[in-house]
Amino acid sequence: MGCIESLKYEIILRGASFKECRDYVRAHCSEYYDVQPGFRIFEKAVIGVPPISIGLDGDTVTFPYTKPCYGTFLMRIDDHEEAERIRHIAPGKKK
Amino acid sequence: MSGVKGAAGKQAVLVLGCPQVPVQTSIALYLAAHLRKKGVVPVIAGNRAARLNAEVSDPDRHYTGETMDLDRFIEDLAADRRKFDYYFIFIHNDAGISYAATVQSITGATVVALIYGEHFEEMADAIEFPCEKIAAKAVHNPMPLKKKIDEVLPWVVSNL
Repeated sequence: MGCIESLKYEIILRGASFKECRDYVRAHCSEYYDVQPGFRIFEKAVIGVPPISIGLDGDTVTFPYTKPCYGTFLMRIDDHEEAERIRHIAPGKKK
Repeated sequence: MSGVKGAAGKQAVLVLGCPQVPVQTSIALYLAAHLRKKGVVPVIAGNRAARLNAEVSDPDRHYTGETMDLDRFIEDLAADRRKFDYYFIFIHNDAGISYAATVQSITGATVVALIYGEHFEEMADAIEFPCEKIAAKAVHNPMPLKKKIDEVLPWVVSNL
């Protein structure tokens, strides 16, 4: 996910499990959408155990990012276009 | 779709995890060798370190063949640019489970989860999606996992 690494991001959870990331998003984000693995965020297919919860707070997108050696990071990136894109195309709004 | 089909007309992908557990590379080469004997062409997907471990261990490519970057592998599956007949996912941590679930979800195929490492039971119990599990406490010594592969590989190749 080279393009994500080039964006200005904040790491919320480091070395987390997929379940910890899901629970965090559902508990802390004002909106969340459940998506399937392969759903594209910042032009890359998201990795995870379905359902993968993607959080939105205004223009802030909160999502899991998995690396083989470091586990899963929960990341937060401010991006108006991506937040709106997710609102329009993601199935399964849950909150 | 790129890649060369094997004698049996089938391809398997071996999705490697972080190479921090020593048995991963030896089991990957062993599995690749046995798949070749059955006419199945193995392709190795992994991050750079995992791929290099396999490539350096097999300099003449007797067992390995095509290798591909892990991110590209996922992107190709998600974009439906690539399909395989068998999916073997190496799992020793939570990230491995995430990759296995991703492959299963995108392809709809029954993946084979090769579960090893110090916490293999915990990892196996955490997998709730449908898959075939081959699990053993193999960290430094590959034999427990090798034995399990010997037991089930003929069934896997014949039935998946």
